[in-house]
Amino acid sequence: MLSFIVRRLLQTLPIVLAVAALIFVMFSVIPGTFASSMSDDGRSVLDAEVMARMNKEFGLDDPVYVRFGKYVADLATFDLGTSFRTRQPVAQVIADRLWPTAQLAFASMLFAIVVGVPLGFIAALRPGSWVDTISMIGAVSGLSLPKFWLGLMLMYLFALVLGWLPSFGYGGGDPRYLILPSIALGVAPLALLARTTRAAVLEIMNADFVRTARSKGMSEGKVVRWHLTRNALVIILTTIGLQFGTVIGQAVVIEKLFSWPGLGSLLVDSVTLRDIPVVQGSILVIVLLFLLINMLVDVLCAIIDPRIKYT
Amino acid sequence: MNGQPLLEVENLRIDLAAGDTRFAAVQDVSFTINRGETMGLVGESGCGKSITALALIGLLRHPLMIGGGTIRFDGREIQKLPASEMRGLRGNRIAMIFQEPMTALNPLSPVGRQIAEMFVLHKGASWREAENLAVEALASVRVPAPERRVKDYPHQLSGGMRQRVMIAIALACGPDLLLADEPTTALDVTVQAEILDLIRELSAAKGTAVLMISHDLGLIANMCRRVGVMYAGKLVEERAAEDVFRSPSHPYTGGLVASLPLLGARARHGRQRLREISGVVPPVSAFPKGCRFNPRCHASTDRCRAEDPVVTALPDGGFVRCHYHE
Repeated sequence: MLSFIVRRLLQTLPIVLAVAALIFVMFSVIPGTFASSMSDDGRSVLDAEVMARMNKEFGLDDPVYVRFGKYVADLATFDLGTSFRTRQPVAQVIADRLWPTAQLAFASMLFAIVVGVPLGFIAALRPGSWVDTISMIGAVSGLSLPKFWLGLMLMYLFALVLGWLPSFGYGGGDPRYLILPSIALGVAPLALLARTTRAAVLEIMNADFVRTARSKGMSEGKVVRWHLTRNALVIILTTIGLQFGTVIGQAVVIEKLFSWPGLGSLLVDSVTLRDIPVVQGSILVIVLLFLLINMLVDVLCAIIDPRIKYT
Repeated sequence: MNGQPLLEVENLRIDLAAGDTRFAAVQDVSFTINRGETMGLVGESGCGKSITALALIGLLRHPLMIGGGTIRFDGREIQKLPASEMRGLRGNRIAMIFQEPMTALNPLSPVGRQIAEMFVLHKGASWREAENLAVEALASVRVPAPERRVKDYPHQLSGGMRQRVMIAIALACGPDLLLADEPTTALDVTVQAEILDLIRELSAAKGTAVLMISHDLGLIANMCRRVGVMYAGKLVEERAAEDVFRSPSHPYTGGLVASLPLLGARARHGRQRLREISGVVPPVSAFPKGCRFNPRCHASTDRCRAEDPVVTALPDGGFVRCHYHE
């Protein structure tokens, strides 16, 4: 088991490197630098001499291969560089933003799992019932609603009209501030989980071993508890792992909308300002998070399903 | 009490619902099984053998349902039993072995636990007691090193071993009736004989009656005293096994017997084409008018095409459903 985890960790290394290279290339080809972005938005007009000096200071006038070499060398020592904007180490900048994003991602996935999985189970156990019909219509709508719009509607209803919850901001960690953005972010994975769970349960319901279980004289409740759940769990867990990635990626929109001080809003701000070290660092951390969560899912699946070999 | 047959099936009809219409997938099926007796049910795929067995254990699921007739087990009509009482019978007094041991066991549960469930469900055992009983059950089906094997998952066992586990499950509670639905079809020929011997031996030891379902006439002849032949949802002939072989009455049975390849036939008679019954079993939605076998029968007449034959008793105690014997 331990060697399985170690091997999986080593496997992530080339992926991380490839992602790092990709981000680097992307930011070398898009136009604009930190210096030029300052005059872009009209805040200040910098003359050519100042721009050149800034570019030199940040090492942006070096050839691409020199910059890439430096970047990889720094990465190897876990040095993500220094933010152009705040002059703080990137690692520090990201560390400050990681927790709010983790909170948001876990809260929205928790919401999606706690509601979506039971809904999928109920729908599958009563196919064609009103629970099934309504929840599956809901699931399709949930998948197709734009998160941005949903977030605005939630704000309007629960903050502005009803006044139950704060509309935006972090509130210094007050959990009430977490509720609306988590729901806005969690609806899509909830819908997907409900559908996947329903499909998985329905398929397993028709499996031969479920018929065997019934032939033993088991009640439907015991069939579900003793035989169905474990089999469905493998599929559900895999979906959860993949949805984590989507959630972290889409947190960008929701964080911006709710002024949530997480990695997503940091990323958007840094892209606008061409604060390239921060952008590269944030994306790397997001990719790492995704890989780690999916590794965790793989380990859990291997524990549940003895047919999955630790290779 | 002992004079009464264990199982009496009368005019069983099984319906297949397709939209608003209902097709009778199985019709007019009547037979009885006495205590400790082994009866065979043969026929090609799709003639209704398996769903008949599923009806007997109360496991038909939509779109299949019992459309009429009675199934009396130990004097009680099982269709009229409440669900909870039926669950008490299922597994405990009527057990079933399925064709595909690969998929009939839960892949994520150790086989010992899957056997142990029987004792927990029906004998009120605790899980600990049940696990111990599972080791004994596994030993009784001659799985070597049962105390280690109980911890194995199905994928760690061979097909034959898995089918032994299925038998251990089915016979765990010493049922009165065992429904064996093609129990060896998915297995290697060498393993088939072992599994059949095991079923025969253990059911005899526990006094369990067996309904052996197969498309393999040879196997049925080997295992059973009495044979029912099914075609397109109807029982077309039912007789003692040796009579069926010596003098098949129904043309369909005759075709089945004739299509058995004989070992050494090529040496004696030279190379010959294997005999076959031309055509296929019609689908439920397109059962022909008259005798259901008439389109494939070599001796069919206008009467066969118009009139459904009734059951005719034969002098040897069996019956046949064919106009030629009326």
